[in-house]
Amino acid sequence: MQFMALIYTDPARTPPMGAEMSNEYMEFTKRLKEAGLMKAGDALHPTSAATSVRVRGGKVETMDGPFAETKEHLGGYYLMDCADIDEAIRWAAQIPGARYGTVELRPVVVFS
Amino acid sequence: MTGTVAEALRRAAEGDRGRILAALIARLGRFDLAEEAFQDAAASALTHWERSGVPLRPDAWLIRVAFRKAIDRLRRAERDEAGAEALARLAREETEDPDMIADERLRLIFTCCHPALDEKSRVALTLRTVCGLSTRAIAAAFLDSESTMGQRLSRARAKIAGAGIPFRVPEPEDWPGRLGSVLNVIYLIYTAGYDSPAAADCDLCAEALFLARLLVALRPEEAEVEGALALLLLTEARRHARTDDAGMSLPLDRQDAGRWDWAMIGEGLGILTAAMARPGDGPYRIKAALAALRLRPFGPDWQAILALYDRLLVFEPTPVVRLNRAVVLAETGALASALLDLANLETQLADYQPFHAAQADLLRRANHKREARGAYARAIALCTRPQDAAFLARRLSELGPVDT
Repeated sequence: MQFMALIYTDPARTPPMGAEMSNEYMEFTKRLKEAGLMKAGDALHPTSAATSVRVRGGKVETMDGPFAETKEHLGGYYLMDCADIDEAIRWAAQIPGARYGTVELRPVVVFS
Repeated sequence: MTGTVAEALRRAAEGDRGRILAALIARLGRFDLAEEAFQDAAASALTHWERSGVPLRPDAWLIRVAFRKAIDRLRRAERDEAGAEALARLAREETEDPDMIADERLRLIFTCCHPALDEKSRVALTLRTVCGLSTRAIAAAFLDSESTMGQRLSRARAKIAGAGIPFRVPEPEDWPGRLGSVLNVIYLIYTAGYDSPAAADCDLCAEALFLARLLVALRPEEAEVEGALALLLLTEARRHARTDDAGMSLPLDRQDAGRWDWAMIGEGLGILTAAMARPGDGPYRIKAALAALRLRPFGPDWQAILALYDRLLVFEPTPVVRLNRAVVLAETGALASALLDLANLETQLADYQPFHAAQADLLRRANHKREARGAYARAIALCTRPQDAAFLARRLSELGPVDT
């Protein structure tokens, strides 16, 4: 089954995305691909670049900033193809962001 | 005749509930379907056994009929893809010999205690599914309403299905952590029973002992499992001697050892000895050894107990373990160092009643009467049980006047 691993971190308590951190993510991505489990994965620009969109009364409203004002921001994600949650947890625990932020695992709904 | 049938059904459906459900879940892959099919089978048993007598193996009969009931239910929902898949699997397995039906309860326990479920749900689901307690009894034991507990159980079953929690014994690399989660659930069930013996609806201590024994039987020669069973036996053996006739708590050295269950202590010590002989180390082994060393006539051997606390701190470096270690340190004669250790824990354990009770006792023994009075007052204020407050109030009155 597919799991979305959402990486939440607090920018104030996260080491900067320098060369070392980049390497760690590249290394993790490489291993996930080699294991044949990687469906997708990306890093996101900070929430300062976020735009929130909604439609109310047929009118498009846009807002500068993220949907929810929280300390921890969604910074990136992986979409992984795992046998079950045990395997997903093992991989999620190796995502560099799990060491200082939180990785939320969400099973993906399959519409047949 | 009716009485015999009802009795046979009760014995099979209650006594073997965990094993039957585990066998069903293993094949159906779904908690909800297994429970519904099991209920269908039990209802059908009343009619059939009344007519043609109780079968030789009521458990095997129930499992086989529950399979068929599950197939019926799945046929009704055949358009559903998962249903069709399960149906095909069932059709293959239906012919299997009932005597060969494996005991799947180990997998069931690990699934119910999966760390992706919250702790209270793990406890409730284990009691409901493995021990077969009713939702009402579990709700009463944890002071919840029956509907709240029912919702908690449904949510937990839905999460197992939705989040991909596998019905499986964990992989070796996950084993220590997952086993720790299972043992923690068993221990939580035990302490819930120990702290509220008045909830007479069910004996949670007995359920915890049942689970620990089951785990030892299903997974023998596992030192932490043996350690957990030994710990429960050594604690349970003294459960009825821990209060006096007025319900006042008695410290170990004031308990009547004649009221301890020595057969149970013997069993616990035997299992502990086997666990300690195995390689490695672990918190439950250490806690069982601590319980053993506190027993007369074996102890208390405070130096040995202190060494065990140092080992326990490797696994559980918590303020509460540090507090217990400091109390033992005082018993070895190092009263001043123990008081210093307690002072370092003061901010972390400010709301923890046993901290103030321990501090009061050590200050009294060090003859710091004024500080001791303050600590006794804080300990009494934080008491949740009147008996404990009464015990401390008596100690406070024995303290005598402050000299200065």
